[in-house]
Amino acid sequence: MTFQLLGVNHKTAPVEVRERLAIPESRLPEALRRFIQHPGVEEGLILCTCNRVELLARTPTEGADLRGFLGDYWRVEPSLVDPHLYEYREKAAIRHLFRVTSSLDSMVVGEAQILGQVKEAYATARAVGAVNSQMDQLLTRAFAVANRVRTETAVGSSAVSVASVAVELAKKIFGSLHGKQVYLVGAGKMTELAARHLLANGASSIFVANRTYDRAIRLAQKFQGQAVEFSRLYETCDRADIIITSTGSPHAIFRREHGELFLSRRKNRPMFFIDIAVPRDVDPEINKLDGIFVYDMDDLQQAVDSHVADRRTEAEKAESIIDREVERFQTRLQTLDIVPTIVSLQDHLESIRQAELDRVRGRLGPLSADQQQAIEALTRGIVNKIMHTHISTLKTAIRESEATAVVEVVRRLFNLGGKGERTGGDT
Amino acid sequence: MSVLWLRVALGCYAVGLLYALVALTRTAELLNRIALHAAYLGMVFHFVSLVEAFLQSGQMAMASVHNAESVLGFLIMVVFLLVYLVYQTTSPGIVVFPLVFLLTFVAATGEAPFLLTSAGMRTGWLFAHIALIFTGYAALVLSFGASLLYLLEERALKSKRSSGRLSRLPALEVIDEIGFRSLLLGFPFMTLGLICGTVVAQSTLGRVDLLDPKILLSILMWAVYLILLYTRWSAGWRGRRAAYLVASAFGFALIAWAANYFSSMHRFARL
Repeated sequence: MTFQLLGVNHKTAPVEVRERLAIPESRLPEALRRFIQHPGVEEGLILCTCNRVELLARTPTEGADLRGFLGDYWRVEPSLVDPHLYEYREKAAIRHLFRVTSSLDSMVVGEAQILGQVKEAYATARAVGAVNSQMDQLLTRAFAVANRVRTETAVGSSAVSVASVAVELAKKIFGSLHGKQVYLVGAGKMTELAARHLLANGASSIFVANRTYDRAIRLAQKFQGQAVEFSRLYETCDRADIIITSTGSPHAIFRREHGELFLSRRKNRPMFFIDIAVPRDVDPEINKLDGIFVYDMDDLQQAVDSHVADRRTEAEKAESIIDREVERFQTRLQTLDIVPTIVSLQDHLESIRQAELDRVRGRLGPLSADQQQAIEALTRGIVNKIMHTHISTLKTAIRESEATAVVEVVRRLFNLGGKGERTGGDT
Repeated sequence: MSVLWLRVALGCYAVGLLYALVALTRTAELLNRIALHAAYLGMVFHFVSLVEAFLQSGQMAMASVHNAESVLGFLIMVVFLLVYLVYQTTSPGIVVFPLVFLLTFVAATGEAPFLLTSAGMRTGWLFAHIALIFTGYAALVLSFGASLLYLLEERALKSKRSSGRLSRLPALEVIDEIGFRSLLLGFPFMTLGLICGTVVAQSTLGRVDLLDPKILLSILMWAVYLILLYTRWSAGWRGRRAAYLVASAFGFALIAWAANYFSSMHRFARL
């Protein structure tokens, strides 16, 4: 038994190829049913997101022709997809699945969406019965690994876009954004984006001030906010907890004295200025006031850069977690592999014992219950001693990952028949 | 026996201390959990130790406070745990653990425990006086810890290096709230404690000696406490200014603590 994976992703294939292979959600169950009917596919899962299409299957040790299924189902020219395909088996397939689920193979490393997507694919596959035994274990393990990566590394915890960094900072200052007021000064694309992020994270209401009042009204309507005339900017600003500015003004709109004014009106409750205008709208002097925090475009970009770098080091940690988990899972699989051998070995020796007992019983004459028991114990003891050595050898073999070879030898030595088949003794 | 339990508790707090030292330079989720469990365990042993000490100290168990540092340490841990339950953060531990460790250490290794045994000690009023004041101290300590954290985090945010080692601290406003709530909690205790003290003094000595160093310092501390609350209420002082005030209240509290050795009324008797 082995796992096999075939797929394309955003790194290996351009979008034209990926969209050619994409399967709409509604047709996924159908595709899965056909997939498990494909020769050699014992269990199967199809993962289809905008960045990847992957087929994962449990197949016999000699493998299955997954590329063949690709041709059958999608009816694509092999020459079109072949150069973009990657195919993994056994350990490599397990590792790939673990990496994908833990978001290490994603376009934005650490993004959280992929775990949900794999879970959905799994749910669909289970629903049609395409996943039931070992694949189920594999996927359950993959989810556990993804959780481990998420809790033990910071690979997904930092914001990697300017808008999300702004939200993160706001949360660092205010805790929850619920009930916080956002003030947009200047109505540009960037302010709109940042405001959208803040609102999505719970900020309550929006004020918009713009030199052209009409544009302020239009933007305010988009967010069900309130437009403010630019002349009333300073008298209204203290109501806001978060101020996003992006006017084209040649010099600072907010200076230190404004900051002091706002603070005294706000009873020193903190304020967060996000200044995305160049030249800057907020005099950096304001940042020196207790309780006012000013971040300009460069500061935000710097935070983004450092988070990207952080993610890279965290991803390395995650890779080593995955290495260990792959080893562990592999060992478990092989443990499952040797169980039938152990059982048939036991059966085999037991039947020898029984046969020998039957053979000599006649010659021994009448035995007392005690004697009967002693003979039982003696023969059983011999068999167990012999078994013990072999079981330990098999178990060591798993740790040194040469189980397959050793299993083969044991089977041949004891004449246990074909691999995986249970046979009785033949004496 | 009670000293033995206290030493076990000390061992647990030592884990917390380790956490506090490590938490300053890096964050480790595992250590965080271990420290919390060590704190729980330490508190259980600490509590056992206190109960045993109370029982041992004889017929008037309630009125004798066995070991002042030990009691204060325990109360600080209680407040710390309350904060944890409400805010799910162990960050104040950075300040709390070293302090509690120190207090417990002093209590667990001091050759002979202090007993408050001056005349008229064994009354309910006195017990109330001590218990209330100590709770006030504990809240003040936590508030002090919170304002230190506030300053640290404010500096990190201002210097725009927030992604580093402080990234697991709670949000600025949350820290502020922890500090302020601790103050709010502590003030009534402190006030009632002082009133109880006055009652005790009136009933045993017939007067309140305002020039007694400890009483004087306590009143000063109470005044700073009051100013703190007032400035926060009316002007919303927080951050640096609040931290200075809390620090000075804390300073007075420390001196008042030390003043036991100079005060005629509060002098501890050696057992």
